[in-house]
Amino acid sequence: MEATLRPKTVLRTYPHWFYIPAGIVFAIFFVVPTVLAFYFSLTRWTLFDATFIGLDNYERFFNDPQLTAGLRNTFIYAVLTSGLKVVIALPLAMLLTSSIRLKGLFRGIIFFPVLVSTVAVGITFGALMQPSIGLINTALGVFGIPRIDWLGDPDLALFSVALVDVWKGVGIAMVIFIAGILSIPLDYFDAARLEGETWIKFRYVILPLSRNATFTVILLSFISGLRTFDLIWTMTRGGPGFASDVLTSVIYKQYQAGFYGLSAAGNVVLFVLVTILVYPLMRFFQRVEIEL
Amino acid sequence: MIRKVLFLLLLSLLVVSAATAQDAVTLTYLVDDSQNSQDMAKALVEAFTAQNPNITINIESRPGGTDGDNIVKTRLATGDMTDIFFYNSGSLLQALNPAQTIVDISGEPFIANIVESFLPTVSKDGAIFGVPTGTAMGGGILYNTKIYEQLGLSIPTTWDEFVANNAAIQEAGIPPVLATFGDTWTSQLFVLADYYNVEQAVPGFADAYTGNQAKYASTPAALAGFQYLQQGFELGWWQQDFATTRFEQGLSLLANAEVAHYPMLTFALSTIATNFPDQANDIGFFAQPGASADANGATIWMPAGTYIAQTTSHVEEAKAFLAFIASVEGVDTITAKVPPNGPYLIKGSSLPDTVLPAVQQLAGYIDSGNSYPALEFVSPIKGPNLEQLCVAVGTGQMDAATAAGNYDLDVERQAQQLGIPGW
Amino acid sequence: MNIRKLIASLWIDVVSLIVISIVFVVPFIFIFLTAAKPRTEAAMFEFTWPSQFQLLENIKEVVEFGDGRIFLAFANSIFITVASVTLIVLLAALVAFVLQRRRDRVASAVSSIMLAGLIIPPAVVPTIFVLQEIGLYRTLWGMIMVQVAYTMPFAILVFRTFMASIPGEIDEAAIIDGASPMQMFFYVILPLLRPAIITVIVVSSVGIYNDFTGPLYFLPGSQNVTVQVTLFSYISQFTSQWNLLFANVVLITIPPLIMFMFFQRQIVAGMTAGAIKG
Repeated sequence: MEATLRPKTVLRTYPHWFYIPAGIVFAIFFVVPTVLAFYFSLTRWTLFDATFIGLDNYERFFNDPQLTAGLRNTFIYAVLTSGLKVVIALPLAMLLTSSIRLKGLFRGIIFFPVLVSTVAVGITFGALMQPSIGLINTALGVFGIPRIDWLGDPDLALFSVALVDVWKGVGIAMVIFIAGILSIPLDYFDAARLEGETWIKFRYVILPLSRNATFTVILLSFISGLRTFDLIWTMTRGGPGFASDVLTSVIYKQYQAGFYGLSAAGNVVLFVLVTILVYPLMRFFQRVEIEL
Repeated sequence: MIRKVLFLLLLSLLVVSAATAQDAVTLTYLVDDSQNSQDMAKALVEAFTAQNPNITINIESRPGGTDGDNIVKTRLATGDMTDIFFYNSGSLLQALNPAQTIVDISGEPFIANIVESFLPTVSKDGAIFGVPTGTAMGGGILYNTKIYEQLGLSIPTTWDEFVANNAAIQEAGIPPVLATFGDTWTSQLFVLADYYNVEQAVPGFADAYTGNQAKYASTPAALAGFQYLQQGFELGWWQQDFATTRFEQGLSLLANAEVAHYPMLTFALSTIATNFPDQANDIGFFAQPGASADANGATIWMPAGTYIAQTTSHVEEAKAFLAFIASVEGVDTITAKVPPNGPYLIKGSSLPDTVLPAVQQLAGYIDSGNSYPALEFVSPIKGPNLEQLCVAVGTGQMDAATAAGNYDLDVERQAQQLGIPGW
Repeated sequence: MNIRKLIASLWIDVVSLIVISIVFVVPFIFIFLTAAKPRTEAAMFEFTWPSQFQLLENIKEVVEFGDGRIFLAFANSIFITVASVTLIVLLAALVAFVLQRRRDRVASAVSSIMLAGLIIPPAVVPTIFVLQEIGLYRTLWGMIMVQVAYTMPFAILVFRTFMASIPGEIDEAAIIDGASPMQMFFYVILPLLRPAIITVIVVSSVGIYNDFTGPLYFLPGSQNVTVQVTLFSYISQFTSQWNLLFANVVLITIPPLIMFMFFQRQIVAGMTAGAIKG
């Protein structure tokens, strides 16, 4: 279509200055702080004056056993939540694109937690997961399952929060999968229908052809898993002790303590981690993406 | 749009009121949101403004704990503090960079009313920044006297006796020690309240610690506090759900004799008195026992202070309020509203006869000279991660030696951030 | 044969209904029941009908707590949300319009910056420094600008994807009619973007209204409270008053609920438009 207009007309119709208002806001409130983070991470900073101390903050960051545990937790959390969302949302999406009744209602119900505030969800599940009187353990007790200390057991706390994260976020994943399945041309299903088995339909049509949707789900939930803060902070504050600390909660605690330079260093570590994990993943997905 | 209209309306109201009543001054007083502090602040403000009708004081509340520390710190650093504010004395105050942010009141006559031992905790380089607001407190073990009577136990004066008592209580089917790790700050008491014993074993520890000479990990007496936490976990002293129990939930367990001991500050007493008036007299206090019965004494927390931010435009009115707080009349105002948790540090003030038994027990230690301030009042450095480290030890995730070593690192960071020489 | 098939399919329906209700509906009923209970009953966390239904009394108590702080919080949150979303829609649509229509080097640079903005987590503490330097720290406008900067990349992505479905002939026609770029954008393009705008409005307003981290860092102080921060601080203030805490949860869930009831279809349809091609 550009070919029909002369370049000069194009230039006038789609002026570059349309970028400018957004560019200014983005530069001041996102780019500048991001660049500054690199500088402040090399200083001991009191919000007033910053003393240059070289790489000391990074040395501290990586020498601190709690922080390395925080890095590990961040990774576990991101992998676990994105994996579980795929595993749960894909069958759900299949179910809710099948001939089941009430599918509109079901889609709505599963999607609703996405819209609810994370703090509210954290409070609710904090109560539901109370070890002695919480509803979850009471219900499990009926089946003879012994009391589980969801948020108090250091080995379990991170996983409990991750489960709540999946509960809250599975709606988005489901919606993406539904769109993916609905965009598969019907002839593929017709071919599969000869076999008649749901499993065949799943294995040879839906699974391969909703690959793009799978990638989107993994990428979105992996990124948000790496950046997670609200839910962990509301439910455990990184505890008990440091058991469910992730990078963002460590950064926040350092900010609270007034270690602004160290907090900026943590932020830089987070950028780097997110970039080196997500960027290759994204390139890989783009390479193997399929056209329908 | 509506905001704009409201704003203009407000602005014009302000202009009008400024023109009509020039003398009227409004101060804002930032206070943490605990029941105790709020009641105290309200009592003081009511009494003071009744005497000074031209001054109005609004109380603004903020969260307590590390969230609150952070709010106070950033508001001071960004020049946006309320006129006066209520905040800890000691090392937490030192972290606020007081010389640049808080009004020096060392020249004021009311300083003479304050017990001298308080002043170092609100001073830096000769300047004095605050007046004691509320009572001093003891840090040690609160215990349920009913359980002690029932089992025929006596107050332990050494750690070994404490362990033996706990074994007997456990035998009787009662969890011996309350742990409320759901509010992480409450986990630190075994370490912090042990400072009397540290000072007895290593006189001058505070100075050596401030000067980067003494470390928690390499000083056996200082390490002991962490070991107690480890021991408590290993011997199963804590009640069920200890990792998520909150402070107030814990108080109800203690008041109802569902646990025997609570390592805590005596400030919890007035909360118990408010929530469980019938059981407040069942709660006693003893100092955290140490290695030897000969040197048994209590660790004391200085009262928090009230400070004036340098950014206020009503210094004189604010000083008048501080003078009221630092007077016997001010003390009596508080006592009338909030049951005292320990002695006041205002000269000439006295505790009422109706004071809670635990407070009497605390006063006993102080009167007999067996007390010493907690480390945070004799050193400007307190590492911010202590509470998480204590929870990690108390939940069996970390051993005492590792936690002490990590805490030393935390202290180093804080000392460097404060720019203390020798680090 | 048909009846057996019907039973088989009904069986799936019933099982899904039960499982989905337990997992996704019970927590919300629990919130509602707890919010309606008297104090001591709420603290027992039972899934029972309140012995005395006092939802309105509890809500009243929450509202009165702290001298009506919750009103201020709602006003602040709504102001931040509305202002941010308006700016996001305008600025992002401008960018997406040019970005999708031009295929030059600038456009590809803008695309990669947008992608970076989607992936890279914001540097919070240095942002405080920047806000302080320009005098916007602890102001609602500072918070708004930050929200705009953080949410814009997502909005640009959605708009750009949707722009691709608006044929270029429409632009041509407008140019021939003598429209200036601005006129073309406001009178031709923006109205055509309507479905995408709804998606952006819904998703970003929910995100900004529910944001907890932003106000936690950039809006300390009690004049600037937002609903999420208020709720968070009530966790410690209402330690043993679970009925009030949950009454507050009910209160702040009302706006997203309204949003949900109005836009459910668009959300589900629109999310997919943005997400799949990204």
